[in-house]
Amino acid sequence: MNVFQSWGRIPAVRQNKLFPEWRNTLSIEDRGSLLLPYGRGRSYGDSCLNDRQTICVTSRLNHFIHFDREQGILRCESGVGLDEILQLVVPHGWFLAVTPGTQYVTVGGAIANDVHGKNHHLAGTFGCHLTAFELVRTTGERLYCSATENAAMFKATIGGLGLTGLITWAEIRLKKMATPFMDSETIRFENLAEFFVLSEESDRDWEYTVAWIDCLAQGESLGRGLFIRGRHSEQLMSASGKIAKRRLSMPVNAPGFLLNQYTIRLFNKIYYRKNRKGESVAHGHYESFFYPLDSIGNWNRMYGRRGFYQYQCLVPLSDGQAIITRLLEMIAASGMGSFLSVLKKFGDIESPGMLSFPRPGITLALDFPNYGTKLLTLFEKLDEQVMQAKGAVYPAKDARMSAKAFQHYFPQWRDFSRYRDPGMSSSFWRRVTGE
Amino acid sequence: MKKILIIGATSAIAREVAKIYVLQGARLCLAGRDEKKLHIVADDLTARGAQAVQVLTVELTDPATHGDMIKQAEDFLQGLDCVLIAYGSLPDQHACEADAGQTLKELNTNFISVVALLTRLANDMEQRGHGVLAVISSVAGDRGRQSNYIYGAAKGGLSIFLQGLRNRLASKGVHVLTVKPGFVDTPMTVDFNKGLLWVSAETVAQGIVKAMDKKRDVVYLPWFWRGIMLIIKSIPERMFKKMKL
Ligand SMILES: Cc1cc2nc3c(=O)[nH]c(=O)nc-3n(C[C@H](O)[C@H](O)[C@H](O)COP(=O)(O)OP(=O)(O)OC[C@H]3O[C@@H](n4cnc5c(N)ncnc54)[C@H](O)[C@@H]3O)c2cc1C
Ligand SMILES: NC(=O)c1ccc[n+]([C@@H]2O[C@H](COP(=O)([O-])OP(=O)(O)OC[C@H]3O[C@@H](n4cnc5c(N)ncnc54)[C@H](OP(=O)(O)O)[C@@H]3O)[C@@H](O)[C@H]2O)c1
Repeated sequence: MNVFQSWGRIPAVRQNKLFPEWRNTLSIEDRGSLLLPYGRGRSYGDSCLNDRQTICVTSRLNHFIHFDREQGILRCESGVGLDEILQLVVPHGWFLAVTPGTQYVTVGGAIANDVHGKNHHLAGTFGCHLTAFELVRTTGERLYCSATENAAMFKATIGGLGLTGLITWAEIRLKKMATPFMDSETIRFENLAEFFVLSEESDRDWEYTVAWIDCLAQGESLGRGLFIRGRHSEQLMSASGKIAKRRLSMPVNAPGFLLNQYTIRLFNKIYYRKNRKGESVAHGHYESFFYPLDSIGNWNRMYGRRGFYQYQCLVPLSDGQAIITRLLEMIAASGMGSFLSVLKKFGDIESPGMLSFPRPGITLALDFPNYGTKLLTLFEKLDEQVMQAKGAVYPAKDARMSAKAFQHYFPQWRDFSRYRDPGMSSSFWRRVTGE
Repeated sequence: MKKILIIGATSAIAREVAKIYVLQGARLCLAGRDEKKLHIVADDLTARGAQAVQVLTVELTDPATHGDMIKQAEDFLQGLDCVLIAYGSLPDQHACEADAGQTLKELNTNFISVVALLTRLANDMEQRGHGVLAVISSVAGDRGRQSNYIYGAAKGGLSIFLQGLRNRLASKGVHVLTVKPGFVDTPMTVDFNKGLLWVSAETVAQGIVKAMDKKRDVVYLPWFWRGIMLIIKSIPERMFKKMKL
């Protein structure tokens, strides 16, 4: 067994690996060990880990199957990365209908977490643009799933955390795009109330919106930050506007002291002030707009050997402002800072998955260096607020939520459990359900 | 527009080579023993923009099939510029030690059948007066080791054969390239623990295409294997035979 960590590097587990190679002949029956599909391990916590059991790595399921250049429909194997898809489709004027904040995830992973992007308010989740896929189960079944065939399994698998079977291939609808460039605006806002106003006004005619916030600002400035909105540009920047390929990389772990409360406070301040005039416009390549973090390979190593946590929650819009205020107050008071704190309003397009995380409301995502027990205590307190508000925490980013919290956030989990493949499980699933 | 025949086209390394040639607009023939897998590879290449891809299902280890395969490829491609021979198998060394039949079978897959194939291809290309023959051998053929000498013998024999062939065809406009990869992370080596010396099939494929373009004779991939093998070859046999390699 080899030692594995996910993106957040918490926890480290021992597990066996299996590499299915060809979609037509692969079989995952009867392994004598519980299986979990694994894409590129870009989930932060333990939802892509399977301690003492086996993961089924999809890196060799990386064939394209069909690309309809006229209709913008792509069928490919589940281990194909969104980066590879973009490389193929962008030159033909197509783009992913939904993309998360990194392109280094697989199609299988994007389905299993029903991922969302900066255009959730207009496009919904990744699963909204999925037309069909094939599911292979440890029982030996091979199911063709779509909204009309094996529809229940289709819904269970979208956002199904890899527990319903191995997706071998999937078909997605792409969206038309004029150029690989983006027009964007960055606007400074002084507090949370201003964020809500900006969100309201921008979501109407900007395809992509998101805000970065300074989570350590208190009092009057609580929730201040930068609002970023963008859309695909009609103008080609220049013939040579191609982005330089890779890129910086963190070759080793940074010493743990590099990211501490003081450096984070400083970073937040500087970042906030970077926008002097309070407003700026830009025209740039889609990679720098969608995937700013991808330009630093292995940036997760910045947090050192001890790893880091991400806390992403979502609360309903109704009293969203009040709850986000409370959460930010608690975080600021704890003094434990976050480098990247992101705020985004989700729209009301229904997520197709049974267990999908996105629902209408406001989502807040924060990274924290691993401060140990006091951080875990803070998370527990945040959870209490989110539970009360009838919100949820995102399993793809989680390494610590309690079984009680999970079952509160996802009461439908028992129904979902009926669709789970009996030969599949994950460290996360055992932790939050005891199954 | 290059016309390329890839033999053993389902190999991970060969697939990556094919992807590069697709980007260059080449016409491709994919030969191998498993039709379904070959179609998976062909569909992938078509989705990536390949203009012309054909699948040829052949029992490669049987020389009687070779003539027909080459003819079909030449017909489809309307000529033939390059051939890459990529198929091969990593024998179970212990099984081979226990059974000569098994050993001969492995020698046939990795050496004899390749020689039969090259004999025909070489004559065709010699007649036409142009072409590139690229063949994947291995660093394992540079010296025999107890853990892997059946494979080593086959690849070593293959390397010598290619050397002679290159010498024969050099003045005839036909180029012969011997590719010697080190450790490559592919299905063939799925059970090995991967360390620092390992590289991806994509990296090796880039090296192969570059070597074909530059008409190199023998390439070690990655390059540092030339040094490693130089050291391994220089150990006196007296000492080497006592080492656990
Ligand atoms: C920098 C960064 C930014 C991010 N931004 C966002 C964001 O904006 N929005 C968002 O929603 N997420 C975001 N994420 C999270 C990420 O998109 C998800 O965790 C994604 O699922 C990771 O995909 P993966 O291919 O690495 O899968 P893994 O992390 O390896 O696995 C994820 C899940 O998918 C399952 N799975 C993988 N392949 C298959 C398959 N073939 N069949 C069935 N199940 C499968 C696994 O079992 C597991 O449950 C971000 C992550 C990072 C590192
Ligand atoms: N991987 C390494 O570390 C490494 C190192 C040095 C040299 N090499 C050489 O590189 C070449 C490509 O291997 P790879 O690493 O890409 O491995 P691979 O993906 O496992 O490919 C092996 C290929 O050989 C074919 N093959 C095996 N036995 C065959 C048989 N009896 N008849 C016909 N075809 C047969 C396979 O066909 P099917 O798909 O039909 O099974 C497949 O196409 C081989 O010659 C190998 O010896 C590899």
